[in-house]
Amino acid sequence: MAVEAGAAARLADALRRFFDGDIWYSFTRSPVIIVSAVITALFVVSAVFAPLVAPHNPFDLASIDLLDSFIPPVWLADGDPRFLLGTDDQGRGILSTIIYGARISLGVGFASVLFAMVLGIALGLISGYFGGTVDAVIMRIADVQLTFPAILIALLIDGLARAVLPRDFHGEVWFYVLVLAIGLSFWVQYARTVRGSAMVERNKEYVQAARVIGIPPVLIMLRHVLPNVMGPVLVIATINLAIAVITEATLSFLGVGVPLTSPSLGTLIRVGNDFLFSGEWWITIFPGAALAILVLAVNLLGDWLRDALNPKLR
Amino acid sequence: MIAFVVRRLLQSILVMLAVGFIAFSLFTYVGDPINNMVGQDTTLEQRQELRERLGLDDPFVIQYGRFLIKAVQGDFGISYRHRRPVSDLIAERIPATLELSFVAALLALFIGVPMGVYTGLHRRGFLSQVFLTVSLVGISLPTFLIGILLILIFGVMSQDINLALGFSLLPQLPTFGRGETVQLGWWSTGFLTESGLLALILPSITLALFQMTLIMRLVRSEMLEVLRTDYIKFARARGLTNRAVNFGHALKNTLVPVITITGLQLGSIIAFALITEQVFQWPGMGLLFIQAINEVDIPVMASYLMMIGFFFVVINLIVDLLYYVVDPRLRADKAVAGGHQ
Repeated sequence: MAVEAGAAARLADALRRFFDGDIWYSFTRSPVIIVSAVITALFVVSAVFAPLVAPHNPFDLASIDLLDSFIPPVWLADGDPRFLLGTDDQGRGILSTIIYGARISLGVGFASVLFAMVLGIALGLISGYFGGTVDAVIMRIADVQLTFPAILIALLIDGLARAVLPRDFHGEVWFYVLVLAIGLSFWVQYARTVRGSAMVERNKEYVQAARVIGIPPVLIMLRHVLPNVMGPVLVIATINLAIAVITEATLSFLGVGVPLTSPSLGTLIRVGNDFLFSGEWWITIFPGAALAILVLAVNLLGDWLRDALNPKLR
Repeated sequence: MIAFVVRRLLQSILVMLAVGFIAFSLFTYVGDPINNMVGQDTTLEQRQELRERLGLDDPFVIQYGRFLIKAVQGDFGISYRHRRPVSDLIAERIPATLELSFVAALLALFIGVPMGVYTGLHRRGFLSQVFLTVSLVGISLPTFLIGILLILIFGVMSQDINLALGFSLLPQLPTFGRGETVQLGWWSTGFLTESGLLALILPSITLALFQMTLIMRLVRSEMLEVLRTDYIKFARARGLTNRAVNFGHALKNTLVPVITITGLQLGSIIAFALITEQVFQWPGMGLLFIQAINEVDIPVMASYLMMIGFFFVVINLIVDLLYYVVDPRLRADKAVAGGHQ
């Protein structure tokens, strides 16, 4: 009982400190950021609860009807109130495919950011804490990788996986292939940031003290150094989420990312692009707009977070 | 200086060896090249004989060495899909990509720099705010979406919009392919025909937009930095005209980083051309590569990998050396490349 009360009091205290703090203050002072946060939250919530939010399940063959294909949005002539944003060539509601598509786009985005973050933090910590040859090798690889655009690296890894894996097998593991491809193209930023901070922290007294009492390096890195370098890492992660979503969409648009059977926003745009000239613009423009709004909102949030966490930068 | 150049050269060679290794591994471990060359009715003995004749039984290192020697000579094998030497395919496609990239780079530079200077000089101006907002949108919109929007506006809807307005506001522009090209030796150019030039407009704008916003923001922040320095104050105190101060003193000093970043961005323009080529069905190297990935055409994939790798290594080498020449304060390891997106 007493323990629980103590925990609740600590939580309340932490919350009060958060709401009295600078970050919350600057958040409430900026309408643009509030709107961005609301939009991002809307996307995330509707992606997580897609089966509950979407008007119908676009991948349930029983619920779609080919006779419903190419219906324009509601506000145009021939619109159908069942399909707010119209339907595509297979009679699937565009709104529903967007909600399910955002689910896949955000899923790949979050997973690849997480992967890049874990990989980057691990290599950065090792590099910064141990220094020497290990550091030189890791940072040389990072330098070389930075000279190539990330999209090209992701495309190459995805293309390699496609060439190496049998077609059926690739159909099952495309999610992991994409996460690997996008994650591997973004780890460098985390590694560089973490390495820089770790090199500074390494020589501080608390780390020396931990070393003196015989705590193994792995624990020192995870428990003592890592918490002190997390701030900038979170900022990079937010901005990277936008880039990861764009990268996934671009790969899918090029026809090498997500398979057609479970379309992401990029796949939807690719499919809709074929109907642009026959006048069915809504099939490609609405998923495109959803993608652009999502990315813009996340970008704005990332920029704000960077400024809020680090007042020294402009 | 010499030590630096040698170290840098060695590093470049190492990178190329690594890229070549990946490309070669593709050849060796993905599929069986013999299966791709012979028909169903070839006997096992004939296959084995072919394998020995082509040296596919040799140790890995020897095969890798042979691959490298051939690659240096520009021989990348024969495309599984097109049944033609890859070097011919690339020679056919490379002019399209280079012309597109060249025009896009010029656009980015000649629109991005003036916009950056303007927003740097008039920080609070209305037009500056407009430029900055547009550039934020430009960064957030993926390249392929910009292309699709341009196609929708100038290719599909322009007629309807003009009809609705009663006068022609928007021109109808080609959205597909290169238009007519003229053959100059092995180089095919679209610069000499009207349809070729018209076909360049939308793809080059699409490709240039991202780099344009990047250059604009770079020039702006550099200008802001330089305008704060003492020698600018001193120049003003000497009574020089605004024009002389802004352009003769400030702009000149912002150009070193701008030139380097633009040089580095040349590589990303060629990489991003891949996306633009897909949107506009522009018959360049990128389109060839995307098709190769979808058809698992290993020789084409491998040679594209080698070419792009070589291109980036050369650009980075040149930029690093230029850095060293232009500004000796900068150590080589600070010359960071712009690996954006």
